[in-house]
Amino acid sequence: MNHSQTNFLFDALKTLLNSGGSVLFLICGTIALVSAIGTIAAKSPLRAAMSLLLHIVSLAGLYISLHAHLLGALQLIVYAGAVVVLFVFVIMLIGPTSDLHGTFRGLMVRICGAVLMILIGGTIAGQLMHVKGEHIYTALEPTGVVPSLSDRQMPAKEGETPSKVQIARIAGCAPGQGPECGQYGGVGALGSAIYKDDLVPFEIVSVLLLVAIIGAIAVARGRSAEEAAARKASRLAAEAADREQLAREKELSAQVAASGGH
Amino acid sequence: MELGSYIGLSGLLFLIGSVGFLTRRNVLVQLMSIELMLNSVNLALVSFNRWMPWNQAGQVFAFFVIAVAAAEAAVGLAIVISLYRLKKTVQSDQVDLLRH
Repeated sequence: MNHSQTNFLFDALKTLLNSGGSVLFLICGTIALVSAIGTIAAKSPLRAAMSLLLHIVSLAGLYISLHAHLLGALQLIVYAGAVVVLFVFVIMLIGPTSDLHGTFRGLMVRICGAVLMILIGGTIAGQLMHVKGEHIYTALEPTGVVPSLSDRQMPAKEGETPSKVQIARIAGCAPGQGPECGQYGGVGALGSAIYKDDLVPFEIVSVLLLVAIIGAIAVARGRSAEEAAARKASRLAAEAADREQLAREKELSAQVAASGGH
Repeated sequence: MELGSYIGLSGLLFLIGSVGFLTRRNVLVQLMSIELMLNSVNLALVSFNRWMPWNQAGQVFAFFVIAVAAAEAAVGLAIVISLYRLKKTVQSDQVDLLRH
């Protein structure tokens, strides 16, 4: 690459990093919207899965633009790395059937549907766009030092500057901990929140995951050929035994009736 | 960007996911639309937390939503596999064994 190309790349990177998250939001938001529409409109489920993968990666980008770094990494690891892979496995197990003879709708119905979706989506988004958050607490300096809360009076009383303890509690870690702990959304802050404040839900969720694993195996296991044959044989044997029992009882009752008759 | 843009985007993604769930008849695409809806809710949670950063509650909630969604996807796909083994189809309108 020559000099002007690398300059352009550096300028683009600088715009991305200094824009306060706007450029990243625009790019990742557009990709998220387009890939979401691609997921629901794709003909074959494999294409839908690939579109879902792109959507999940763009959502990870959105989380990073929101300074939730650990959650963005977790999104990539869990969703893109496990859930979508599971979808692709199941699609490959089932076979690449496409939806060709599935939903056939006329052109007029499709146009009306698209117009309705745009109207409703525009109304919803247009109203939600005016949700106002107060001034965002953005100035996270690279050294991890939490700045003073001068333009946002948070749990401190009016007219008081918040103490170091308050700031540290707000940032989610103990005062005096290392510089990486002061970051909002970092591993230290989110990890402290999960393992200190919300430990019980965390343990319950791990039990839930264990139960889900066992349930998925139990449901999807199916029966092998000899197991199915053994079940059928035992069922037939049980039916034969029932019939035999019934015949014997009938014979017995007939004998009783005959002997009781005379 | 503003909080409103993130929430508007989350609402749009939720709308797209729900339309996909109600419209498509392929069970796998329906499950993917459920994932779309869950992701949009996660985005809303994290963006609200960003504008109220004095605790990490939104991110913790989103973490649990990711975990539960993964568990639900696993069990749902197991059901899809059993269904395919039984009926040899993944179209949801051909699953009418309980219809009288």
